[in-house]
Amino acid sequence: MFAYIARRIVYVIPIVISVALVCFLLVHITPGDPLVAVLPADASQELAAQLRTAYGFDRPLPVQFGLWLWRALHGDLGSSIATGRPVLTEVLRAVGNTVTLAIAAALIGFTLGLMFGLIAGYFRDTWIDKVATSIAIAGVSVPHYWLGMVMVIIFSVQLNWLPAVGAGPGGSGAWGWDWEHMKYLILPAITTSVIPMGIVTRTVRALTGDILSQDFVEALRAKGLRELDVFRHVIKNAAPTALAVMGLQLGYMLGGSILIETVFSWPGSGLLLNSAIFQRDLPLLQGTILVLALFFVALNLLVDIAQAAIDPRIKRG
Amino acid sequence: MRNDRSKKAATAWLLATALVVGLPQLASAETVLRIGMTAADIPRTLGQPDQGFEGNRFTGLTMYDGLTMWDLSSRDKASVMIPGLATEWKVDDADKKKWTFKLRPGVKFHDGSDFNADAVVWNVEKVLKQDAPHFDASQVGVTASRMPTLASARKIDDMTVELTTKEPDSFLPINLTNLFMASPAKWKAFYDKAEGADAKAKSQAAWAAFARDASGTGPWKMSKFTPRERLELVKNEGYWDKGRVPKVDRMVLLPMPEANARTAALLSGQVDWVEAPAPDAVKEIKARGFQLQANESPHVWPWQFSRIEGSPWNDIRVRKAANLCIDREGLKEGLLAGLMVPATGTFEPGHPWRGKPTFEIKYDLKAAQKLMQEAGYGPNKKLTVKTQTSASGSGQMQPLPMNEYLQQALAECYFDVQLDVIEWNTLFTNWRRGAKDPTANGANATNVTYAAMDPFFALVRFLQSSMAPPVSNNWGFINNPKFDELVTKARQTFDPAARDAALAELHAASVDDAAFLYVAHDVSPRAMSPKVKGFVQPKSWFVDFSPVSMAP
Repeated sequence: MFAYIARRIVYVIPIVISVALVCFLLVHITPGDPLVAVLPADASQELAAQLRTAYGFDRPLPVQFGLWLWRALHGDLGSSIATGRPVLTEVLRAVGNTVTLAIAAALIGFTLGLMFGLIAGYFRDTWIDKVATSIAIAGVSVPHYWLGMVMVIIFSVQLNWLPAVGAGPGGSGAWGWDWEHMKYLILPAITTSVIPMGIVTRTVRALTGDILSQDFVEALRAKGLRELDVFRHVIKNAAPTALAVMGLQLGYMLGGSILIETVFSWPGSGLLLNSAIFQRDLPLLQGTILVLALFFVALNLLVDIAQAAIDPRIKRG
Repeated sequence: MRNDRSKKAATAWLLATALVVGLPQLASAETVLRIGMTAADIPRTLGQPDQGFEGNRFTGLTMYDGLTMWDLSSRDKASVMIPGLATEWKVDDADKKKWTFKLRPGVKFHDGSDFNADAVVWNVEKVLKQDAPHFDASQVGVTASRMPTLASARKIDDMTVELTTKEPDSFLPINLTNLFMASPAKWKAFYDKAEGADAKAKSQAAWAAFARDASGTGPWKMSKFTPRERLELVKNEGYWDKGRVPKVDRMVLLPMPEANARTAALLSGQVDWVEAPAPDAVKEIKARGFQLQANESPHVWPWQFSRIEGSPWNDIRVRKAANLCIDREGLKEGLLAGLMVPATGTFEPGHPWRGKPTFEIKYDLKAAQKLMQEAGYGPNKKLTVKTQTSASGSGQMQPLPMNEYLQQALAECYFDVQLDVIEWNTLFTNWRRGAKDPTANGANATNVTYAAMDPFFALVRFLQSSMAPPVSNNWGFINNPKFDELVTKARQTFDPAARDAALAELHAASVDDAAFLYVAHDVSPRAMSPKVKGFVQPKSWFVDFSPVSMAP
């Protein structure tokens, strides 16, 4: 197991360097001025050139990349051009808020997904299956942006039950797991949960159906095991794949959903990315993408290790 | 008798309880105004805000003052410059590059330190003197371009300061509305506490700390700041202008970049005021009893013409024809739900810099067609013109549908309009590079909106030949000796009334020359709860939050 983990970690290193290179290049090759955040719209080209030199944007790209990577390896992602605040502080605060949202959404999405998936799998080709499958398809098909707006219109604007935007009465700086704060989380969390819910439902349904049709289930039943015990075996066999799917979905959610966080003004990494793109704040954009990519890579690694721990065949492979 | 006594005792006890419970609540019943901004982040709070004039509106003019200020008290009259932290100023008769400003006595920063000449010099140096310990490159961009001729500041005595410009420039007092006075004492306290490898690092740390706990002289004081989420300001009871001490106790500013989210927050009662509500929600906002405030802004939605060799816009008949070919009322009522003012120049009648143009910009299809025919075009010989624009952007209103409307309208006058739609920031960059640059991509017009608050921004940077790229925003390389002469005249006329007259002359000349395709002025729509009282929407990008009160 140790060798497997070590091997997986070694594989991650080139991925991380490639991610760093790609995110550095992507934001540099796009047209436009990197100093948009500090220059007024109508600043002269002379002033822009003067500040470009001050910020080091006039240096050759490889030099800029080398310096950036060196500082990043030392935990310094630079300062936001727009606010002057350290990028790492900005990103970590935002990621913290996204983690809060992702955990809530994961709990909702995975619980419902498992439930619908198992029900659909057990009652395959019945009306129950059709209802559960329709919900799953709707979950992955409905545009998040639209669903979020509909939820806001119904529950905030019309019924006035839940807040439309924000992260709490005092912002996320004063976050607490009480009703006053939780009510800000409900609508974005439900909206975020629908895709993982749909995907998990479909995966678990397929797995359940497949496992139930296998001979060992018949054998278990023939041996006189109670249906609850058979169900436990089904869960155990479906778990590794479902876990992988859940891990990936959690990764996507931690990556932040720009649209959902923008619709609900939820101060997470998605909104931060949106803001960095909008202000063309290159250090913030690069830092955010890098941190999110690292999160994603780390999560994949954890999922792989967890899968290997559950299913020894994977480790051997 | 005994019964009476016990009744009285019970009543007294109840009253006492009510007083004990109720009075603190009454005493602490603070009034709060919650505003949803269009910004994605709180504009910088250290004195020179970012995010354009929305930044100045919310974290500039609230917490800070300039030597000169805007009079934002009238809905009907153009907003004009008035004394701020300077009570009077004059230019040196012998050397027109030197200005003396008399400072307002008795003004204190929020931290209790005195506002004086040292503070003014310190604030000029924060953006101009590169070797000053408090020089901050991040504040230069949003300052230097707004007062391009300011060179230095010198203390004469505690209440008098001398400012020097690179060339004689009568616009300086107007430009100074953008230089906000931050507290040197507060910054120094942060600097002394800051840790850093060198003076530069300490300076940066001090500015970062200052941004979290700012100190100006404005009517609002910083109370609570959560980056990217909220800024809370409380009223400055000791504000020097007693007439502008805020009526509400606390103002909460919330960044909400998405128009529908802002609108929903208003309709659900989460905020009391939103900037730029979603246009298609205007009907519902009004139907639910919310107020919609709008007024003509000093803001122009134009096409800026290329005047380089070979440009079709070099023929004045073609420029005039385009200006006569647009049904601006139709655009206003049909596409923009009334949220625009038809433009007949950079300034509209009533503005001190309007002047008396002889060319009347209006919708006159026949006259436009006639001009085009005189220029050699017709139904069988269309003139192809190409315009760069963006799909969105700050102040751009609804650029795509508006340009498509123009495309359709100009087709009636034998124009074949091609649109080159690019990303907003790229459009800006290209704007600085000018019509001769390859990034213009063959376009002979560009569609970038502009603020018209001061003479440099409204006229000079577009019309003066020396403002062509890379110096400034004369994108189309206009080179008209008359404009140059009038710019010099306006710049070097130091009597305010005479300077306004010179600017009016310059504006009239630009309209007569059909320098731009003038289309619309924005109206800065904002929607608010019926509880919001006392707000006056001036003809300005800026607003005064001081007179706003909240009904219970």
